[in-house]
Parts: sequence; structure tokens; C-alpha cells
Amino acid sequence: MQIKPILSALRRHKAGTFLIAMQIALTLAIVCNALFIIQQRLAHLSEPTGVDEQNILVIQNEWVGSSTPAQADARIREDLRVLRELPGVADATASNSYPLRGSGWDDGVKLKADQLQDSSGATIYFGDERFLGTLGLKLAAGRNFRAEEITGMDVRDRLAPPVVMVTRALADKLFPGSDAVGQTIYLAGSPTTIVGVVDLLQAQSVDRWASAFAYRSVIVPRRLGISLGGFYIVRAMPGQLQDVMRAAPKALFANNPRRVINDEDGVLSFKEVRARAYERDRGMAILMGVICLVLLAITAAGIVGLTSFWVGQRRKQIGVRRALGATRQDILHYFMTENLLISVGGVLAGMLLAVAINLWLVTRFEMQRLSLLYLLGGVVILLLLGQGAVLAPAMRASRVPPVEAPRSV
Amino acid sequence: MFGYYLDLALRSLRRNRMLTALMVLAIALGIGASMTTLTVLHVLSGDPLPGASSTLFYPQIDPRDMDGYEEGKKPPDQVTWIDGMNLLHAKRAAHQALMTGGAVPVQPAQSSIDPFYSDARFTSADFFPMFQVPFLYGHAWGESDDDAKARVVVISRALNDKLFGGKDSTGQTLRVKDTAFRIVGVIDSWRPNPHFYDINMGNYSGLEDVFVPLTTSGDVRLDHNGSMDCWGTGSGDDDHMETQPCVWLQFWVQLDGADQVKAYRDYLVHYSQEQKSLGRFERPVNVALPGLMEWLDINKVVPGDVRLQTWLAFGFLLVCLVNTVGLMLAKFLRRSGELGVRRALGASKREVFAQLLVESGVIGLAGGVGGLLLAFLGLWLVRRQPSDYAALAHLDLSMLSITFLLAVGSSLLAGLLPAWRACQIAPALQLKSQ
Repeated sequence: MQIKPILSALRRHKAGTFLIAMQIALTLAIVCNALFIIQQRLAHLSEPTGVDEQNILVIQNEWVGSSTPAQADARIREDLRVLRELPGVADATASNSYPLRGSGWDDGVKLKADQLQDSSGATIYFGDERFLGTLGLKLAAGRNFRAEEITGMDVRDRLAPPVVMVTRALADKLFPGSDAVGQTIYLAGSPTTIVGVVDLLQAQSVDRWASAFAYRSVIVPRRLGISLGGFYIVRAMPGQLQDVMRAAPKALFANNPRRVINDEDGVLSFKEVRARAYERDRGMAILMGVICLVLLAITAAGIVGLTSFWVGQRRKQIGVRRALGATRQDILHYFMTENLLISVGGVLAGMLLAVAINLWLVTRFEMQRLSLLYLLGGVVILLLLGQGAVLAPAMRASRVPPVEAPRSV
Repeated sequence: MFGYYLDLALRSLRRNRMLTALMVLAIALGIGASMTTLTVLHVLSGDPLPGASSTLFYPQIDPRDMDGYEEGKKPPDQVTWIDGMNLLHAKRAAHQALMTGGAVPVQPAQSSIDPFYSDARFTSADFFPMFQVPFLYGHAWGESDDDAKARVVVISRALNDKLFGGKDSTGQTLRVKDTAFRIVGVIDSWRPNPHFYDINMGNYSGLEDVFVPLTTSGDVRLDHNGSMDCWGTGSGDDDHMETQPCVWLQFWVQLDGADQVKAYRDYLVHYSQEQKSLGRFERPVNVALPGLMEWLDINKVVPGDVRLQTWLAFGFLLVCLVNTVGLMLAKFLRRSGELGVRRALGASKREVFAQLLVESGVIGLAGGVGGLLLAFLGLWLVRRQPSDYAALAHLDLSMLSITFLLAVGSSLLAGLLPAWRACQIAPALQLKSQ
């Protein structure tokens, strides 16, 4: 295939050529970055929580009246007894928070008392001896809390537990390469001993601000008795989640009516918790996907439209070429090659533009660097799109009969 | 002449329906997407208190110990009880208010309504005049109520509708956490966006339902909500919140004019020095006094995703326009013969140019109308999202006119190059080649 005649033909259509190339460049730049964003969001929202998500539900319980710390703790224990006795319930525990909740108590962890900077941030989970079992968490090292270590805590008290469990991510950060069990850490200013290491437990927030200490959590052997923001985490027997979700609030109200469990979000299955936590990320990924598809469709339609015009414009020339002995294949190849040349010009400019846009996103939106794979993927997509779009008009061109030439001149 | 051009344009557009549809659709999609995202951005980055926002300031001081000190860092986002009260009582500004968010259990008198939790704001009296809060019934409480820790409450119109069927409830009693409060005022419909005075409680959350004096809330031990940062021996101990080394309160002042702003900044520096010499503050003096809009900007209140979507949509519009320019160019050039005849018959370049611009204008108009419909559809989809700002996404008059200008303007712009290019044709050459 001779490229020279194609180039000289394109020189006569400078504006059109430039516009197609520019459209391809812009589309490539946007599609590459959008696909990259989609991939990042999808990777983010499929991070594991470490929790037995299938069977877990969370109840947010708020008390109506005022009470003493001892009364508050007694009411929590009473509620837990009611929940654990409910048919279909495997286990229940009380906590101040749960993974993917969105916000909660985060605190700094230090290795020495007089250290100025925190060694790491961490999510603080309150839990009793049945916290691990209820959530379905695995103990990687050490031991679980003992029942006698669990005490009630009021907001008036300082958080100073003698023992804690930490997640493996936190243990690895604080004591890389050595055993964390038995070590002393400083939590909220007071020393405490690590007795157990939990394999995997996600933080309560998966937002960007909390990503510095994702998966780093401390579990303290306490029940937090405050009138608002107490959570019961319940694990249902397999297949009985829906029944328990209906029965649990009723049983709690029957036991003590002076409470508020919000109709809308007072009782949530973990599936709903997950959907809420990643709502924005999923929405963004879907939006990006739709925009990509529409962009590609418009670019393809534009190429079809413009090439159709060129074919129509050149019917005479095509007829002449056919009359002079060019085969249909030759005509088809001519238009395909022409498109390829324009597309290559477009994607070259598009690659530069894509990288430029990505660098700008990195500075303004805390994005990561675009991986080369996405760039190459985008290039392949657009080259194929161009060839696919040009196929129909090129076929039409190849069917122009040789007689067209003498007739119209 | 315009009528004739219009007729020519419509004929030409009808001749190639698929292509016309493609051009109109491309413009409509581009306009629809950019207007949807731009409207959301416009709503989110709006001024919460037009007219008053330029006089509102958010003083920041640094009361922390040397633990974790880094030079050049900003002071904390909130103030301690001690500093808040000191600044409040110093009365160096025209108005000042100290506040925090909270949640309170409301126990309705009617047995037909179950007790429920309402979002609350615990604040000092100046909140209402300073933020120009409109009252439906009654009035705000006064400074004397703050001092006396009076059991008074201001409620929202929504709560008044729920509990009192919309009737004037001032003077009646509202039971909150086993305590009786006297209702002194009902706030009329008011929703500043963003929720600027406390961005810890959701940037675009609606108005709280219950307003109680800050001093009273401590006395009755109502639960406060929001972000709290402690250092040293600080803990969230509700009994001794007054002395805890924790920042958890928002403090706003109204300052009229640059002189007052400068004087207040000097006062903050002076106050910090004084506290340092008393040994309460340990860090070097570090004060800030951002204005309301600046404060929203610093805290990146408008979600990054929304900005990203807007940029994306405009990139999309650009591709759609380039696409339309290409198609229009091809179309106009294809008609070289026809245009050549017109030129040969005496039409000037200008007239041919005008004719082609009318044609691109028609496409732009159709695309604009389509884009507007798509923007309405897009905003409807946005409103169905569960984010706290979703309900705000409405097209106002200014955005409506911007949409239209954008549509017609961009398609005229898109028609400019092809039309200019098409008029460059030498009439004789075209006639000869027929």
C-alpha cells in the first residue's frame, strides 16, 4: 500500500483530518483517565472487611432518658442477653462502631510515653469477649479477651484498658518483623499490653482522609455506655438474617421501651452498610463508564459521518482508479490506511494529553499516576474503533463501479 | 433574508436526517452533561448567606501543648470551652457566638408520637441575629438566658409542624431528655448551604431542629456531636468539659470592615500571648481569622468528585463540539457546488457565510433544547442519589440562561470555521467541475 498518495490527499483535507485527529486525541485522553478512575474506585470498593458480611446486622440503639453509668452498663448487658436468646441469632456483641460505618473514634498509638509524634493512627473498636466470634474475625496470634477483662465504660472515664487486641496491619506497622503479642503500646496516653493480634479488620472509615491508617485498629475490652451512638452487632444463623432483622428490634422494645431505634437506618444488614459506605465510589464509576461509552460512540459516529462524506466526494476519483485497474481490495485498503494514519496521529497527541491530564489530576485531586497499561489499552481501543467505524463507508467506496468515472466527467 | 436562510437551512438539514440527528444529539449530550454537573457545582459552591457572608469570620487560635508540634501548621479547627468563653465574653466583635452540634431525645406530649432523636445546636444567643435567622413565631433567647442557663428552646419549622401542627407553639413546653424546656421561638424555613457554621456535621446537612443555649446543654448534660480533638490528659469527659484540654466548639464573629478585622486579629495575638505567659498555651502564637467563604474553601467543602465530574463533562462537551465541527465542515464542503452556484448568481461571501451560520445556529438551538431536557433528566437522577446535597440540585434561572447561551454560543462557534472555510470557494471552479 502506497502511503504517499494518501498523504497528499489528506493534505487537501487539512481541516477535516485535523478535526478527526483532535477528536481521537481528546477521546483517548478522557477515556484513559476515566478507565483508570473506574479501576481505582472498583479496587477500593472491593477491599475486604474481614467480617462475616453475609450474616451480620447492626442495630443503632439510642436511649431516651438519663441514667447513671452503672444503669447504662446494666441495660447494655440486658439487651445483649435478649439478643443472644433470640431464635436464629448465633451471637451478639456491643460496640461503639463497626467497619465501614463512616466515622467514629480514631486515636493515635505511641510506642513510648514521651514520644512526640504518633507511631500510627488507629480506629478504636470497643468489644467484649464475644466481639471476635460475632464478627467472624480470625485471631492470628495471642488470645482473645477473657470475660473478666470486660468492664463498662462511661464517657466520663478515661480510656485506659490494661490489655488490648490489635489488627495485624497495626502490629506490622508498630513491630515490623517481631511478635507484637506481649508488647506495650501507649493508647490515649496510657500504657497497655497487646494480648492478641486479629488477622484482618477494616477501619470504620474508608474515606481518603482515613486511608493513612486503613486496617489499623485497636480493640479495647470495654462496653461504652452512652445514651447515643451505641451499636449492637448481631450475627444470624445462615439464612436467617431477614427474620432476625425483623425480630430483634421488637424483642429489644419488649424488654425496655425507653429507647429509639430509627425506622430508616436503625437496623442495617451488613450488605446495606457496605452499599452506603461505597455509594459515591460506585456512582462515580458508573458515571465514568457511561461517559466513556457515549464518548466512544460519538467519536465512532463522527468518523463514520466524515468518511462517508469523503467517499461521496471522491466517487469520481474512485471510479477512475477502478477503471485504471485498482481492485475493490485496493480501494478498501486505501480508506482503512487513511483512517489508520489519522488515528495514529490522533493517539500520539492523545497519549501526551492523557498524561498531561493525569498529572494535573494528581496535583488537584490526589489521584495516582496513570499506569502505562491503561494508556496502551486506550490506544488499542481507539485504533480498533477507528478501523471499525471506517469499515462501512470504505466498503461502500469499494463497491463504486468503474463506469462511474467516464459517466460523470 | 433571515426567513429564506432559515428555510434553506431546514431543507438542507432534512436532506440528511441521520447526520442532522447525530449533530444535534452530540451537542445535546455535551450540553446536558456539562449543565448537570455545573448546576451541582454551582449549588454546592454557593454563598450560604448572601449579603452577610463577607462580614462573618472564624477565629482560630492554638491552645495545644508541644506534643506533635510542627512549624507552619494551621491552628486547630475549633476552640476549647475556656478559650471560647473568654473570647465570647470579651465581646470584641459586633456579634459573636460559640456553639456545638448535638443530638437530643425529644419526648412528645402526645402519646401518638414515639420519642425520637433530633439534631440539635447548642449555641450562645448571638447565633440568631448574627446569621440573620428568620423567625416564624416568637424570637431568639437573650444573653441573660445564656447566663442563667435557662431552660429555653428554639425549634425549627419542621419540628413545629410535626409536634404542634404548624400552630404558634411559643410558650409551650418541649420535653427533652426528661427536662422541660419553654419554647421561645420557631425558625421559619431556612437552610444555608453549605452548612457553614459546623462542617463536621455534614457539609450540606439541613437545619437542626432544636436550638438550646450552650450553657444549658452542659447543665442538663445533653449529648454533643461532632469532631473533638484532645491532647495531654484530655478525654471526652462530659462532666469536666469546661476544663478539658480539648477543642470541640465552633466560634464565629461578625466584623464590619477591614479595621475591625485587623483589630480582632491583633486581639487574638494579644490573647494568645497572654495565655502563653499564664502557662496555658505552650506553642508559639499561631492565629488565623479566615472569612466565611475562605473557611469553606480551606476545608474543601465542595466534594472533589463533583469538581472532577464538572471537568469531565466539559471535556465531553469539547469532544462533542469538535465532532460537530468536523461533520458540519464536511457537510458544507459537500455543498460546494450549490454554494458555487449561489455565489455565481451574485450572492456575496458575507451572505453565504450568514446562510451557513443560520444553519449551524439551528442545530445549536435544537441541541440546546435537547441539552436542557437532558439536564433536567440529569438533575432528576442526581436528586435520586442519597448524598446530603442531592435534594439541592435544581436548575435556577441563571443556570437556565447560561445553558441556553452555552448551547447556541458553542454551536455558532462550531459553525464558524466550517462556514468560513466553505465561503472561500471560488465560484467558477465549482461550476466548471460540474
